[in-house]
Amino acid sequence: MAGAGSPDRGDMEAKDRLAIPPQKMPEQEPAERVGNLREVPLGYTPEMAVLEAKRCLHCKRAVCIEGCPVGVDIPGFLAAVAKGDFASGIRIIRRRNVLPAVCGRVCPQEQQCQLACTVGKFHHDPGKSVSIGRIERFLADWERETEAVALPGKVPSSGRSVVVIGSGPAGLTVAGDLVQLGHSVTVLEALHEAGGVLVYGIPEFRLPKAIVSREVKFLEDLGVEFRLNTIAGRTIPLDELMREYDAVFIGSGAGLPRFQGIPGENLLGVYSANEYLTRVNLMRAFDFPNSDTPIQRGGTVITVGGGNVAMDCARTALRMGAERSIVVYRRSEVEMPARREEVHHAREEGVEFHFLEDPVEITGGPWGWVNGVRLVRMTLGEPDSSGRRSSIPVEGSEFVREADTVLVAIGNSPNPLVASSFPELETTRWGGIAVNEATGQTSVRGVFAGGDIVLGAATVILAMGQGRIAARAMHAYLSTGRWEGLEEAIGVAGTEIGSRVLV
Amino acid sequence: MEPSRIVSKKSLGPDVTMYRISAPDMARQRKPGQFVIVRISEQGERVPLTIADADPAAGTVTLVVQAVGKSTRQMAMLEEGSILHDIAGPLGTPTRIERFGTVICCGGGIGTAPMYPIAQALHEAGNRVLSVVCARTAGLLVMVEEMEKVSDEVLIMTDDGSRGTKGLATDGIRMVAGREPAVDHAFAIGPPVMMKFASAVTMELGIPTTVSLNPIMIDGTGMCGCCRVTVGGRTRFACVDGPDFDGHQVDFDELIKRLSTYRDQEHAAMEHFNGGCRLTGSGGHGSEG
Repeated sequence: MAGAGSPDRGDMEAKDRLAIPPQKMPEQEPAERVGNLREVPLGYTPEMAVLEAKRCLHCKRAVCIEGCPVGVDIPGFLAAVAKGDFASGIRIIRRRNVLPAVCGRVCPQEQQCQLACTVGKFHHDPGKSVSIGRIERFLADWERETEAVALPGKVPSSGRSVVVIGSGPAGLTVAGDLVQLGHSVTVLEALHEAGGVLVYGIPEFRLPKAIVSREVKFLEDLGVEFRLNTIAGRTIPLDELMREYDAVFIGSGAGLPRFQGIPGENLLGVYSANEYLTRVNLMRAFDFPNSDTPIQRGGTVITVGGGNVAMDCARTALRMGAERSIVVYRRSEVEMPARREEVHHAREEGVEFHFLEDPVEITGGPWGWVNGVRLVRMTLGEPDSSGRRSSIPVEGSEFVREADTVLVAIGNSPNPLVASSFPELETTRWGGIAVNEATGQTSVRGVFAGGDIVLGAATVILAMGQGRIAARAMHAYLSTGRWEGLEEAIGVAGTEIGSRVLV
Repeated sequence: MEPSRIVSKKSLGPDVTMYRISAPDMARQRKPGQFVIVRISEQGERVPLTIADADPAAGTVTLVVQAVGKSTRQMAMLEEGSILHDIAGPLGTPTRIERFGTVICCGGGIGTAPMYPIAQALHEAGNRVLSVVCARTAGLLVMVEEMEKVSDEVLIMTDDGSRGTKGLATDGIRMVAGREPAVDHAFAIGPPVMMKFASAVTMELGIPTTVSLNPIMIDGTGMCGCCRVTVGGRTRFACVDGPDFDGHQVDFDELIKRLSTYRDQEHAAMEHFNGGCRLTGSGGHGSEG
């Protein structure tokens, strides 16, 4: 870590650093961007990235690193960028993060590294923290565009093999970490493209698919084998996987959409968020009929829910030609779990928000087509178990909003497909896989799990953090053969290969 | 991984083609009642197709496909030896096979193809298998010989009387059930309307009935929820909870409506496709390979 007087501080005084204005990210104009699927933020120029990196004070105690689920050496890469040494910058990130181009875009930095940032504290505005995520994104894009990707040197083979079930953020992290520790890694993906939620769920305008495939390609270049169209437990039985590989990681995600269980949810024109986003993102329905997968276009689209996925739905609907895109959420704006930035983008683009409204029925017209949502007005009560104020229906306040399409974005449950074909595996009350939080170990020897199948629907970076924990424990298991008391073995095994240290 | 190829291809009737596809893992793992998802091209949709047969030694699965929309027509134009862009499976919960006693296996149109492995398994499990194989007309009957091999009796029904007995699937079920002292279970696979009325008849006759549903799907692993069907008043996902369900509990009217969701777009896709075909001078449907 860069301490006082270290070379990383350079010769700039803190007051000069604090005087540099936060560098704004250029964006596509709202009116223009709703007519295309291209990315909304356009990225920093090199000059912006250098200036923004110079804002870092290189605090003695790097609170930003503590806020990062995968522990990236943030002051380290910022120092490199401030000197214009982008190659070193990206190398420092890659030591700890196998998906920098993804994380630079979709991590909620404002709740993690940037929340703790001293610069933001100084300005009494976390919005003025060093824009760590934007610089990370800049470096990853610079690396890709200049093709400066430096593959880490070949690692001697450990002779051990690992199978990773699911190629989402958790699985990709495990694959990247373990292949760089010399293990042979095979990733099984049920769909026809690798990336999990990164390709089917997160829209192109937030995370271009070309970026995901580049990150996957990077892992392939490192030696990871991807087997697409392969459903663990169906295409290959789990006991066969257990026999053929020395360890198994299950990262099969929270891919089971929830519905409210109200009347009318099976009417024509009612989609789960997963279905709607999958049609557009993975299946390219935006390009119909050049692509074969259709989607309902235009009209009034009501999205139910207040999370990031709801924002993705409402904004996608505008790009699919919706005349009106409306979000209804049962609590008030402050309780909305979506990132502020996403809400802001949605508003700019013309998404309408209606708070304190909860659907009680989806209404239909001729031939079972949806024609509206019957809503009840809500009022806020006492905080519930989540700490957010609960919402209570107001009696006699029901009314109908007209809609041609309804998108249900109220969350996902763990996908039961793998666990159901693996009866020995202990699950939690809500259907997730039960693990030791410190190691990702499941109830079955040699089997680890992480990501949304353990957490329930969370974020990309939290899934990656769990992948990191599991990878570290898997390496220890593969090196020592110990299963009981694996936590202690982690230190013994050591996870250092060349400059790469997994901690 | 080896790409999946069309090993052989045979026309079974107007617009109906039988494909044998190399897919060793699927050939080994598939069980009666399961399906695969196929994508013909980079831009292709994910099409669920029920497995009609498999040869684990040869590493192939057999699919019987009726060319009804753009994707299935495009598939019919592929030659032997062509690579299928994607095939994933086997998916779905396998059909529950047990020794019921006497069973009716009613296949309508190409629904007879996925019925074949079920009838075969029921036969091997020691059931008396009475099959009712139906189609609109003689040319649309498929896999009759195969069904004859695994059934104790086969009753052939055509709507127009061009082969077998003239009448509908429901007439066939009534005829078979009428001359039996007891029928313990019935299986019906075919167009949704046929399964709806077959289930209505077996309900009246008091015969427990399993149907195999074919809603629109995308991923086939429970992720998207597109394939939801109402069974016994509850929403179920056909891809993971099914595709087999209790025919007496299924809301067939809802299924039929949901299947029509993209009727206009499917029409547009066909036009777009036909336009492309005319330009390249190719077209038409499955041929002898």
